[in-house]
Amino acid sequence: MDIETLKGPLLGGLMIGAATGGWFLLTGKTAGCSGAIYGVMVGERGEAAWKFAFLFGLLLGGVGLALYMPSALPESIHSSYVLIAASGLLVGLGTRMAGGCTSGHGVCGIGRLSRRSIVATCTFMATAAATVFIARHVAGA
Amino acid sequence: MKIIAALLLGVVFALGLGLSGMTRPEVVLGFLDFAGAWNPALMFVMCSAIPVFLISWKLRPGPRPLLGGAWPDVVRHDLDRQVLLGSALFGIGWGLAGVCPGPAITILGRPTAGAAIFVACMLAGMFAYRLLDARRAMQDPA
Repeated sequence: MDIETLKGPLLGGLMIGAATGGWFLLTGKTAGCSGAIYGVMVGERGEAAWKFAFLFGLLLGGVGLALYMPSALPESIHSSYVLIAASGLLVGLGTRMAGGCTSGHGVCGIGRLSRRSIVATCTFMATAAATVFIARHVAGA
Repeated sequence: MKIIAALLLGVVFALGLGLSGMTRPEVVLGFLDFAGAWNPALMFVMCSAIPVFLISWKLRPGPRPLLGGAWPDVVRHDLDRQVLLGSALFGIGWGLAGVCPGPAITILGRPTAGAAIFVACMLAGMFAYRLLDARRAMQDPA
């Protein structure tokens, strides 16, 4: 691991921090991704419009990456469709039950020193690592 | 104004995800694989994103946010079954495919069957939560 390989993560993290922090300075609100998706899905009053715009930006950014930095996006997800479906269901259900995901609890929550978010982040990191451990080293491919 | 700002910040967020490696499931799974060839690079995403957010949280220039509204003053420190169980389920899902909600939208920029199935099922999972939550609210109106 050298400084070259850390450039992307550090710069990317700065941009993620700038996007969430910038939104906070503009509106006093926090922009978590799962919350934005859910807000649009249920048509949250007064919030759905900006959440939709934010998600549209996430998608536009993805289109930009596909055009100019295609290696940043997966050509395919290396899991079976059944696993991908199960994964999506758990991510959707879990993030709403927990009230946040990697951005909402992980960045904005820890970033305001919320004990609830710190525990949430440690919990999902732990079960994610346990899942990868079981998939790779126990059930083993 | 608010809509344009949200759109632009969404683009910045997505480019940040792309530069950092968060939009590559194999990189995410490599970061979560502590017992294998652990790739710690993604730890540095949080190390730089969190302080930037923390600074804006503390900074709060002016009596109210730049585009209006009010500064929030409540930070939740309480813990309950919802946040613990929800986070545990989310982590299992994240570990299965290496995709979390933000990157799920961004990877649709290069449409693949896998990404589409993931997002459709994620929406179904959120909808399932909505149904569960409505039932809970009916049984326990407090």
